[in-house]
Amino acid sequence: MSDLKQELKEKIITQLNLEDIAIEEIADNDPLFGDGLGLDSIDALELIVMLDKDYGIKLTDPKEGKKIFESIEVMANYIAEHRTK
Amino acid sequence: MEKVYINSIGSISAQKTFDNSDFLEEIVTYEDNIIPVIEPNYKDFIPPAAARRMAKGIKMGVVASKIALEEANLTDIDAIITGTGMGCVRDSEKFVTAILDNNEQFLTPTSFIQSTHNTVAGQIALGIGCKGYNFTYVHSSVSFESALIDAFMQLEQKEAENILVGGVDESGEHTNAINKLIHHIKPEKINSKELLHSKTGGAVFGEGANFFVLSNKKQDYSYAQLLGVKTYNTLAKSDLLANLEVFLKENNLSFADIDVLIIGNNGDIDYDNYYSELTNGPFKDTQQVAYKHLSGEFNTASAFGFWLGAKILRTQQIPSPVALNAIKNKGFENVLLYNQYRGKNHSFTLLRRC
Repeated sequence: MSDLKQELKEKIITQLNLEDIAIEEIADNDPLFGDGLGLDSIDALELIVMLDKDYGIKLTDPKEGKKIFESIEVMANYIAEHRTK
Repeated sequence: MEKVYINSIGSISAQKTFDNSDFLEEIVTYEDNIIPVIEPNYKDFIPPAAARRMAKGIKMGVVASKIALEEANLTDIDAIITGTGMGCVRDSEKFVTAILDNNEQFLTPTSFIQSTHNTVAGQIALGIGCKGYNFTYVHSSVSFESALIDAFMQLEQKEAENILVGGVDESGEHTNAINKLIHHIKPEKINSKELLHSKTGGAVFGEGANFFVLSNKKQDYSYAQLLGVKTYNTLAKSDLLANLEVFLKENNLSFADIDVLIIGNNGDIDYDNYYSELTNGPFKDTQQVAYKHLSGEFNTASAFGFWLGAKILRTQQIPSPVALNAIKNKGFENVLLYNQYRGKNHSFTLLRRC
């Protein structure tokens, strides 16, 4: 699980162009949106595509993303449970 | 009708031009067939959160516009008009490549959103909260001049007081590869000092962003007056001088009234002969200036020529690296710019000292 969390942090930094943020600056329970990492709705779309492409998880209801992308911890747990690749 | 002035400038080019206090004092020489811009530290101008989705062209455009607005002491503007030949070509390439690589699936939104031609004008407006007229012209190598004509007419008619006008184009890897394939880029790497004497076809490609605040209110710090602009999509070499004479006459000038001729020759042996019509003809005894050996060729490279003309008129100096001949006039009143690319999309622009 810790490998998956590390992988997610790396992917988020690279794919969302967070070039000023280091992996160690993202805590597992930091909120990804709002006051935490400050991601926005376009980032949410990028994350939905990432789940589909890299883990084979299709989110049919975008509202689901609000819960799943709460933090790295929540995201990693969801992926571990639902991944098809 | 109101007169139109260039009140400020902002330039990001293959030379260190983003500092307005400098005028080509230190020339960077390249040995290549594609040359990049010298980038400022973008973080000094754009907050990291806003910059993270911006491709190079957007950053160049936003920063050049900020430099121009700051020099004009303006925080807002009546209109934003840009010209670009290829738009945000890097994000376009990224998006199209992703379509191919992923078999039309898993398409992410960022590069698509940012790939449109009017992204730069849009981002500038968002950055300063400008809700005014916002327009982008995509007309190959007369894109910048088309933007100029629009601004010029609005200012002449007092529809606006201050307009931000700019030309911006970024270099894209795939687009450059295609231009190499069709020999629009020279096959050989060439020293920029030798470029204008090249005996081969094609050009050295570049990129850049050049922005200006145009106004119908003259200021103590105004660079020059913009007298007129004219563009031609097609113009036969044999008709060039006759059309130029008409353009000058429309502005109550003749060939003899031009003190400096700024031309857009790029070292392409197949098309630089258009410029020879002027340099070996009515302007053979006029001070001649060239700039594409410093900036590279791109659709809005003529905006760098416009920047050069404005600087020459304000400083009344011609830096030696851009001088094509040894003729030296005492003072410069009228500057004529002529540009074309591969025999098409010609433009004449007239500037006057103010």
